[in-house]
Amino acid sequence: MSKQELEKVAGNGLINRRHLLGLGLAGVGVAASSTLLGADAGMNLEIPSWSKQPGPGASGYGSRSKFANDMQRLSGNPNPLYPGGGASRSPLHQLQGSITPNSLHFERHHAGIPDIDPSQHKLVIHGLVRQPLVFSYEDLLRYPMISKIYFLECSGNSGTLFGPNPADGTAQSIHGLVSGAEWTGIPLSTLLDEAGVEPEAQWINAVGADAASMGRSIPLNRAMDDVMIALFQNGEPVRPEQGYPMRLFVPGCEGNISVKWLTQIKLSTEPGHFRDETSKYTDTRLDRKSLQFTYPMGTKSVITSPSGKMKLERQGVYQVSGIAWSGRGSIRRVEVSADGGRSWADAMIQSHQSEKALARFRIPWEWSGGNAILQSRATDSQGNVQPTRTSLVTEKGNISTYHFHGIQSWAVNTAGDIANVYA
Amino acid sequence: MSTLRKRITLSALSFSICAGISGAVFAQSLGSPISESQLRGFDLIAPPDGSGYPEGGGTALQGKIIFESRCSACHGMGGEGTSAATRLVGGDMQSEERPIRTVGSYWPHASTLFDYVQRAMPADAPKSLSSSEVYQVIAYILNMNGIIEASLVLNRDSLLQVEMPNKDGFIDRSQAL
Repeated sequence: MSKQELEKVAGNGLINRRHLLGLGLAGVGVAASSTLLGADAGMNLEIPSWSKQPGPGASGYGSRSKFANDMQRLSGNPNPLYPGGGASRSPLHQLQGSITPNSLHFERHHAGIPDIDPSQHKLVIHGLVRQPLVFSYEDLLRYPMISKIYFLECSGNSGTLFGPNPADGTAQSIHGLVSGAEWTGIPLSTLLDEAGVEPEAQWINAVGADAASMGRSIPLNRAMDDVMIALFQNGEPVRPEQGYPMRLFVPGCEGNISVKWLTQIKLSTEPGHFRDETSKYTDTRLDRKSLQFTYPMGTKSVITSPSGKMKLERQGVYQVSGIAWSGRGSIRRVEVSADGGRSWADAMIQSHQSEKALARFRIPWEWSGGNAILQSRATDSQGNVQPTRTSLVTEKGNISTYHFHGIQSWAVNTAGDIANVYA
Repeated sequence: MSTLRKRITLSALSFSICAGISGAVFAQSLGSPISESQLRGFDLIAPPDGSGYPEGGGTALQGKIIFESRCSACHGMGGEGTSAATRLVGGDMQSEERPIRTVGSYWPHASTLFDYVQRAMPADAPKSLSSSEVYQVIAYILNMNGIIEASLVLNRDSLLQVEMPNKDGFIDRSQAL
């Protein structure tokens, strides 16, 4: 099958997504793709050494291949004046699917990771309730739990793209403060009902047991909705860097309010106005008024491959792949452009399209050795469309750099080098 | 009653028993009662209404000594900061250029300063300051910003009276969809 028979659906080489699965084109795409991507190995295949002797047996705790050890979270240099502060970013450019392995889930800490003995940890619910209550970890394990797949994104993710010059970065360094996992825990409403919410209560104040005792306020109506106390992440107890033994999880909202190491929930008539909802995580507009409690994360997508600092070694068909998500619903559509947004083609969305979760998208693209600008544009189930970077920055300004969800551009040059650009 | 009807009745009965049991399981109450007085040493939340302010107090002059020994490594001797993120003093939200946002120019509530210093500062030894030391050190920060006089004894009553320059600068978006 020659490459001319691949159905082009948008400018600069985008190929009908149906070629990915051969839907209606029965195997044509697969055959064509392998023809284009493959090269003559130039040698005869022989049985490799590992097929000639038994390997080690089963183990108590698994580890990845030593050949995959380069896959690491990316963190900045430690600041001795701010012990334990900072973040690490998921290697989005190396991951596939829509679930992030727990060991590669992004981190953001405000005073490091506390070493919590769950038998000594307490969760207190008090304030405007009929009966203040304290729960042990053992108590909480006995409650009925729910399991849901959700994304988690730091409000500051991709914030560098508000800046005047495009960062020379990777999908990981620019966008790596987003991850996806299955979270299992207790609906917060179950425990609030047990304590008995007083009618005048309007807010919850959630505080963690880290050295910063980080606190955030959430309106009661949102807290009673889909918020959970998460005890498990992808089936195992929440890891220390994610809040062991328990964290708040507020689906679809800026990661900071999913308070880790959760130890206190106080109900009140007014928010606590903690530092991380006044000084930080607020959005100053061009008119110098600042938006407070801007929780939901915008409709967004990112091409993770090919992406920044990768190199296309030869012409042919590549799989353009990425992730899309929305804090307000599920992902209904992802379009991809290879000509800087002049023309668009629908990508295949290849994961369960659940609410407030990462969706993996893919589309084949033939690179003919010329300049290209790859972009992706997500639409969610509420009809929200990911804006261009220009329209987002024009609207929001760049005094604050939270909640960037504009379209990002990867430029491919004739040498196959890929870089973040403003286009 | 026919055998068939008996069976239906019995199975309906056993179903309702199961439902009753599972209902009881779902309504289980495993939390242990605790009183607010037992939480006095645990609850650090100090909201703008002043309900969380403890006893104690002091002046900016007292706070200067604490600030210079415990805070200045990050925040500078005069609160000028060692980075944009650690600057505490100055700035103007209405400046022509990109506004510099500090405690003085940006923070809407004085309570936040008390709450944050009490729970999280100094970064290398959080919760190591006494309540009076917290009042004193925030009095110094407020004084460096020209918000209170150096001689003012900051305590639970006087802190409640402190108005921040940017108090009307925020819009609550908590109910936005």
